[in-house]
Amino acid sequence: MAYIQVEEGVPGIRSLVLFRPETGKPLYELAQVLLRGESSLTEAERELIAAYVSHRNNCLFCASSHAAAARCLYGDEKNTVDEVLHDMQQSCISAKLKSLLHIAGKVQILGKEVKPKDIAAARNLGATDREIHDTVLIAAAFSMFNRYVDGLASFTPTDPAVYESMGERMREGYVLPQTTKK
Amino acid sequence: MAYIDLQNDLPGIRGPMAFRPETAKPLNELAEILLHSEDNSLSRGEREMIGAYVSSLNDCFFCQSVHGAMAQHYFQCNMQFIDAIKQDYKSAPVSDKFKSLLSIAGSVQKGGKHVTEQQVENARSLGASDREIHDTVLIAAAFCMFNRYVDGLNTWAPHNKQVYIGRAAMRASEGYANSNPNR
Repeated sequence: MAYIQVEEGVPGIRSLVLFRPETGKPLYELAQVLLRGESSLTEAERELIAAYVSHRNNCLFCASSHAAAARCLYGDEKNTVDEVLHDMQQSCISAKLKSLLHIAGKVQILGKEVKPKDIAAARNLGATDREIHDTVLIAAAFSMFNRYVDGLASFTPTDPAVYESMGERMREGYVLPQTTKK
Repeated sequence: MAYIDLQNDLPGIRGPMAFRPETAKPLNELAEILLHSEDNSLSRGEREMIGAYVSSLNDCFFCQSVHGAMAQHYFQCNMQFIDAIKQDYKSAPVSDKFKSLLSIAGSVQKGGKHVTEQQVENARSLGASDREIHDTVLIAAAFCMFNRYVDGLNTWAPHNKQVYIGRAAMRASEGYANSNPNR
């Protein structure tokens, strides 16, 4: 049960933004710009960063839902997502994406953990300033979303099928829910 | 020096906000509603203080200086009072209710799961509403983002704390929603 009175049975952040749509609006806009807006990082890669940070923050709701969205977006290569969450360095992703996930992992710990050599490594592998910026902000934003969702003990479904259909909806983008239907 | 070429030499979060206005817009709107909106039973000073406290726990010099100066402006106090709250709010002359909210904010800073039912019950017994508990958690969570954004890109910050105090009245009157990072 959530710590505050939100609609029963509505999961995760959805229940919180229905409780307080005024803050929900910029939160969903931020997710939409970062994860679906114009970018040289693919939507799948950006969802993977979100899932990776949420996994490290032990936020089951955000990790499961963004992993599901990333699997949808990776399509035939959906196993990539579980490989990365299991052992990022040993996974089959590009060295460049590994260097960005490494930066995201540092941001998850704390901003000051990101060192010049982490940035230099990403840059040497072809990461642009915009890509580094967006990686840092996605990782920072999920350090917020994860705390929001778990800090209020919002409802976290445990059935994987729930997340699978959630991931399919999330692939279409982030629009502030207007109704209380699940 | 920032880790990336921000194409400007603005301090703190204003640098990356000017670099990437598309993400600056929802970030500023979030700050406006959480910290500056009048539609809130927590005072502006209390909300800024939660931001400053979490930023100090995250060791983010820029954010704790900006938002500490904002809290000082609203509280009409000196910076020693703000620093005393940051260092040991339990001994500071603030209400028990506000202490219970700062306690929740401090747990959010460590990680969402650190917030306990007991902390929430305590805040509620001291008069905190669901909306106030919600906003406290979200302000604390949002500063865990802002702090990481500012320090993760290694933005620079003026060392002189008077700079932040000098800007507080302007920011208080203009708010965050339409803030121009260039001034």
